[in-house]
Amino acid sequence: MNLHEYQSKDLFRAAGIPVPPGDVAGSVDEALALAARFGYPVVVKAQVLIGGRGKAGGVKVVRGPEELSREAARILGMEIRGLRVRRVLLTPSADIAREYYAGLVLDRRNESPLLMVSPAGGIEIEEVARTTPDKILKVPIDARGLPAYRARAAARFLDTAPAVQKQIVPILRQLVQVYRDQDASLAEINPLAVTKQGEVLALDAKVVIDDSALDRHPDLKAWRDLSAEDPDEIEARERGLSYVKLDGSIGCVVNGAGLAMATMDLIQFHGGKPANFLDIGGSSNPDKVGFAMGILTRDSRVKAILFNIFGGITRCDDVARGLISALDRSKVRIPIVIRLTGTNEKEARELLGQRGLMALSDMDEAVRAVIARAAEAA
Amino acid sequence: MSVLVGRGTRVLVQGITGRDGSFHTRGMLDYGTKVVAGVTPGKGGERVHSVPVFDSVEEAVAKTGANCSVLYVPAALAQDAIYESVDAGIPLVVCISEGIPVRDMVEVAAYMKGRHARLVGPNCPGLISPGLCKVGIMPGTIVKPGKVGVVSRSGTLTYEVVWQLTRAGLGQSTCIGIGGDPIVGTRFADMLALYEQDPGTEAIVLIGEIGGSDEEDAAVLIKRSIRKPVVAFVAGQTAPPGRRMGHAGAIVSGGSGTAQEKMERFLECGIPVAKTPSEIPGLIANALRSKRKSKLALVRRKPARPTRKSKPVQRRRKAK
Repeated sequence: MNLHEYQSKDLFRAAGIPVPPGDVAGSVDEALALAARFGYPVVVKAQVLIGGRGKAGGVKVVRGPEELSREAARILGMEIRGLRVRRVLLTPSADIAREYYAGLVLDRRNESPLLMVSPAGGIEIEEVARTTPDKILKVPIDARGLPAYRARAAARFLDTAPAVQKQIVPILRQLVQVYRDQDASLAEINPLAVTKQGEVLALDAKVVIDDSALDRHPDLKAWRDLSAEDPDEIEARERGLSYVKLDGSIGCVVNGAGLAMATMDLIQFHGGKPANFLDIGGSSNPDKVGFAMGILTRDSRVKAILFNIFGGITRCDDVARGLISALDRSKVRIPIVIRLTGTNEKEARELLGQRGLMALSDMDEAVRAVIARAAEAA
Repeated sequence: MSVLVGRGTRVLVQGITGRDGSFHTRGMLDYGTKVVAGVTPGKGGERVHSVPVFDSVEEAVAKTGANCSVLYVPAALAQDAIYESVDAGIPLVVCISEGIPVRDMVEVAAYMKGRHARLVGPNCPGLISPGLCKVGIMPGTIVKPGKVGVVSRSGTLTYEVVWQLTRAGLGQSTCIGIGGDPIVGTRFADMLALYEQDPGTEAIVLIGEIGGSDEEDAAVLIKRSIRKPVVAFVAGQTAPPGRRMGHAGAIVSGGSGTAQEKMERFLECGIPVAKTPSEIPGLIANALRSKRKSKLALVRRKPARPTRKSKPVQRRRKAK
């Protein structure tokens, strides 16, 4: 789960990482009231769960109430890469002397968190890794967390001034602590700024929480910004399905994530375009199938639907029942191609046969068939 | 022949009294697996499908000689259950449970370093040595005894590929799903080394997916030290970046971990990559054919490596 900048900053602030004061506003009036409190110049920052806000014009320094009214109104109405801006963060503008990067990620190869620091702050770390990899210091984090001596080495890598290094050391150690305590999969300060007054501040913050750990962080779970997500994806998650919307025309209902990906790939291989990733999971609850049908038939771009079920734990007859009851409930106008094999395949075929539906048993054949049907329907 | 599980495997089921645990215990028993014990704290003395239930793994091991445990426990309890099996001296721990927090697995991984136990999973379907033993949830009906080792990060996609192999007459030595999480106990590299040493395995199918760099590491290892033919497949070519595709570990982040990258690495290392699952049986059959042809040449070319591992392979082949 991605957190907004203001939420990430709240976590940092609570952990003792120096963050400039700031608060969020959902309207121009709220923004004006906040600015009056902080004083001008003030920075207005769009709060959307996507990168590239600055480039899109979603971050602006304003010098007075008039400019703020204009800019806040503009930013609050804008869309950044498809996401509507509903809130802005207001924060006093800082006099920046230098900008650094500090971030923690999961290092899958070494099965542990990895701290990365770079004196090239303010740009994406992936960009730095590509162009100037020697400007990144990587510090593996083990069960001890970040020992002070390693934090000191990282601080020396960033800045030559001892007074600045002294401020960076506790920031890095706290960042490691936040990452661990909050079950983060990413915790990033970019930029970690040194002001002209020699003060070190986390000017931007990005935290991603491990979805599997949300149950032990009910406070964070409540922070989820549902407005930033597709309503179908939200509902799918609540029902225990994985659904990701894509932009093709062939809807897919598959059991298992790997098979779902392979099905999408095969559709593309044979010249079609998948409309979604959808894993109905290992259990074969007929309700899930009905729900999946609902999502796909609502989507006007979907011209045909492919069921690809490999019965293991999932029983093919359960899927067939779910599909039939979905068809009973509402009229489906688009063609459906069914491929199923494995557990209770025979029973499933009988059930489908009674409804005049035929199931194929070969995946390639089914994919070719659904592409042909979608082309006819389009 | 097989790897990791076989005739001598004595299985203990952690979480045997739960819905999934009980259901899959039945499935394992039906396949002929020796399920000797179950563990659910507080339910010692009960029986599930006539398998005795104990309060602790330690007690179950002492009384039944279990040498493999399989976990069907809720994600929140999985870390503790893994620790309990490892501490009881069980050499093979198979974790089926899905949704374990990454931090828990970071801690498990650190704990297991230097220890003798092997963890398979989490978030995996387990493993099966056709005709011998099934540990986990893979359907026994789709496998067939044979010489192909299958290792995969997926569940149903593995079944799909195994089923296609079986239909093409290509049986399997052992099929294993190593799990779809960012951190898993057994990786491709571990399985490749085991298959390389197994005299019953003659070719290997590796099924990868987007996310992480395990496939890339495997490609390099294969080029360097695996002499048996490997055929690779990578799922997720159409997956959009930054989105998690069902599996917690299946995500392209920061532009890395793409299917294209992984496929290219395999090809660079001389490993055939199937473009679709249905190409896999053909590629394996080819690999086995050309391997048999070049067998003598291979033996002559590498006379300096009569390791203990490779000897039985050569003997067995000659006997054919």
